Amino acid sequence: MAKKLEKVDVVVVGSGWAGGIVSAELAKAGYKVVTLERGKKVDRADYIGVKDELRYTNRYEMMQNLAPETITSRVTMEDTALPVRTRKEMMAGTDLGGGSVHWAGATYRWRAYDFEIRSKTIERYGKNKIPEGMTIQDWGITYDEMEPYYDRWEKTAGISGEPDPLGDKRSSDYPNPPMKESPAVRLFKETTKKMGYHPYQVASANLSQAYTNPDGETLNACMFCSFCTQYGCDFSAKSDPLATVIPTAIKNNCEFRTNSLVRRVLHSGGKATGVMYTDTLTGEEFEQPADVVVLGAFSFTNNRLLMLSKIGQQYDPKTRKGTIGRNFNGQMNITFQGARGFFKEKKFNLYMGAGALGGTMSDFAGDNFDHTNLDFINGGGIEFRQYGHGAIATNNVPDDTPSWGPEFKKNSVFYTNRYMRVWYTPAIMSWWHNYLDLDPTYKDEFGDPLLRVTNRYTDQDRNIAKFGVEKCTEIVKEMGADIVNPDSIPDEFDHIYDGGHYAGGVIMGADPATSAVNNYLQMWEMENLFVVGGSAFPQFAGHHPTATIGALGYRAAEGVEKYLKNGGQLVEAKQASMNA
Amino acid sequence: MTEPQQPETTQKGISRRNFMKNTGFLAGGLVGGSLFGGLLTNQLQKPETGTKNATHIVTEARTFFSRGEDFDILSAATERIFPKDDLGPGAIELGIPYFIDRQLTSEWGTNAKEYMHGPFPQTAAVENYENKDRDQNKQGPNADTQVPAPTPRYQTKMTRAEIFTEGIRAIEQTSQEKFKTKFKDLEPDQQDEILQLFDEGKANMNGVNSNTFFNLLLQTTIEGAYADPVYGGNRNMDGWRMKEYPGPRMSYTADIDKDEFIVMKPESLRSYQGNEDEHGH
Repeated sequence: MAKKLEKVDVVVVGSGWAGGIVSAELAKAGYKVVTLERGKKVDRADYIGVKDELRYTNRYEMMQNLAPETITSRVTMEDTALPVRTRKEMMAGTDLGGGSVHWAGATYRWRAYDFEIRSKTIERYGKNKIPEGMTIQDWGITYDEMEPYYDRWEKTAGISGEPDPLGDKRSSDYPNPPMKESPAVRLFKETTKKMGYHPYQVASANLSQAYTNPDGETLNACMFCSFCTQYGCDFSAKSDPLATVIPTAIKNNCEFRTNSLVRRVLHSGGKATGVMYTDTLTGEEFEQPADVVVLGAFSFTNNRLLMLSKIGQQYDPKTRKGTIGRNFNGQMNITFQGARGFFKEKKFNLYMGAGALGGTMSDFAGDNFDHTNLDFINGGGIEFRQYGHGAIATNNVPDDTPSWGPEFKKNSVFYTNRYMRVWYTPAIMSWWHNYLDLDPTYKDEFGDPLLRVTNRYTDQDRNIAKFGVEKCTEIVKEMGADIVNPDSIPDEFDHIYDGGHYAGGVIMGADPATSAVNNYLQMWEMENLFVVGGSAFPQFAGHHPTATIGALGYRAAEGVEKYLKNGGQLVEAKQASMNA
Repeated sequence: MTEPQQPETTQKGISRRNFMKNTGFLAGGLVGGSLFGGLLTNQLQKPETGTKNATHIVTEARTFFSRGEDFDILSAATERIFPKDDLGPGAIELGIPYFIDRQLTSEWGTNAKEYMHGPFPQTAAVENYENKDRDQNKQGPNADTQVPAPTPRYQTKMTRAEIFTEGIRAIEQTSQEKFKTKFKDLEPDQQDEILQLFDEGKANMNGVNSNTFFNLLLQTTIEGAYADPVYGGNRNMDGWRMKEYPGPRMSYTADIDKDEFIVMKPESLRSYQGNEDEHGH
């Protein structure tokens, strides 16, 4: 029997950007907040002196232990889903700060087009441009309404960047100037500029200078040490929850309980009453009552908790009814395809870098280009990133080189610092057949069913990826590479979940028939339950997601506060005329 | 940052810094050409005697493979995957077989943090597995029950350690069947022929497809060449030297915008953590 704890105002599940922001904002507003994190307690000291590629990149030090729990995956409803068993295939961040600690730091606002994609696509191209079965929808919030929240998050995180020349209107500049240019980034930017495009420096959570944010948290200037993506920053120079919202929350009396694995949202009479969790060190079960429950965990966890707790109606692809698990989306192996360039005479200091050091351009993003004669909608960024390469990971060889033996060794060593890859980050649209539910066979350590992903690619996905590869190939050729190898386009989803960008299932919208939460991330069916994070994306835009998760965190925090003051549904439901 | 921080003692007592000066090549210049890079490496990092070697001699012993013969097969196989050449040492000189031996006793080798609950559909009849043809895999894990769509790769009950033991024995078995000779005694091109069968998934193995094993062998060989030397491979940081990789550093702020290629003397995690290195520096 679970031990019942003292009631609090708000219990938050997850301590990444989503959960961390909500925790900090409500604690600042004077509410009693408890935040539960399944992973262990960590702080900056855990990341000092551990620049160890094998441990972090190859052995996944910062990723969830899959022994107790993973997901299962399949392509179609007719398949038997199988568990994604290894951390090579399934990487979800854990420990205090969640997946937001090992992130790279590339920061993009999503576009005005993205938030009203269905309306704007129909407006420009007519109804037939959206194929039958593509379940994209407007978010129930516009870019202009999101803008203040983006601005707030960028200031909290100290984002360093310059405006996208083809971006939407901003109320203010980034709080810090862009990072330094490396010669490789300069080559990308100068080349694309010559080609008539509009390159700019990737906006970065690796800071260009020391900075104190509006909450009084201080961040340092990035030193380009290269141990960034899949590492915690030892220098507080990559903005993450450990450096920003978590200390802010703690100063305002928020309590973070680590090793606390939430297993159910408790509810009665249509209202959440709290959560049940297990202390992963002792095995004890606790009940934490609260006036408001906020799920701010990874998308998979938010979805599964609602399903296990029997909240909302499970989406059924056969009837296309129900909302929980609907519109699974994210960046998979068909994203990040482009072209690889090998330089015989030119060497770059590629062992130096930072997670978000790079150049990018939005000429082929969103609806910035005419799709009238194209066989897909939407677009994506084109990026060159200088992460700072690791010695184990860098074995880039031209396509005709064998994968082992003398020639492999010779070429992999030779091209170590003579290689640049330019990629496209295309948007991923939602479809009636891509969804989440509970697996009928595989169980976690408590005997609860695993989450099951059903996901397949469509011509939209393959066509947009092919378009991107063509554009990237032209750029890499123009950059002067001696050998240019275009990436091949995968036919089908490979069930590799190694990028962390998986979304949907508890999506935002204006109509309760096709969305689970309103534009304050409040559940239509349970007014004191808020579900925050990538799980709210109705489809995936053509840029990295973190800024949007941060902005939604601020939007949700405002919603929770409104609810605590006034109660009730914060948004009036609309019946959309254009259901998918 | 463009100059080595400390002179690197060699067996001849010549520092790397002085050697470079004397030969007219500055560390900060374009040391580029792999031929010269390899020459330099070979000149300076010949296997040597004395205190330096003593450390790795006492820390190198098998703790996973109980049979010395298995370890010899592993060593021969890794050397074909990553052979010694004019660029620098191969797998054996880099300590890669010992690296793999240790990894197989780690939580990675025992699959301690992987989801290992059944049912397990993977059998030896299955064609494509972990890491193989990541983008284009169309084969299911069990030809009897699966539709032709990709599935998550690792579907065996066996741990990586068990796959290695089975795989090494299968290499020997295949060698006997094909050449009636021990694998370690084969000519290099015959050894390659055997390994190619595993790479293509055409060798016989118990429990998993042979290319599941080969992919693990390839992955760990590369890791052993370039992981920090604390794990037993990349001996004397010679893997890093070949790639002109400097090891963990606190900062590149002063150099990130520089055009010229900069070669730095590699430093290990041990010195990054503030401990003395083998030379007492």
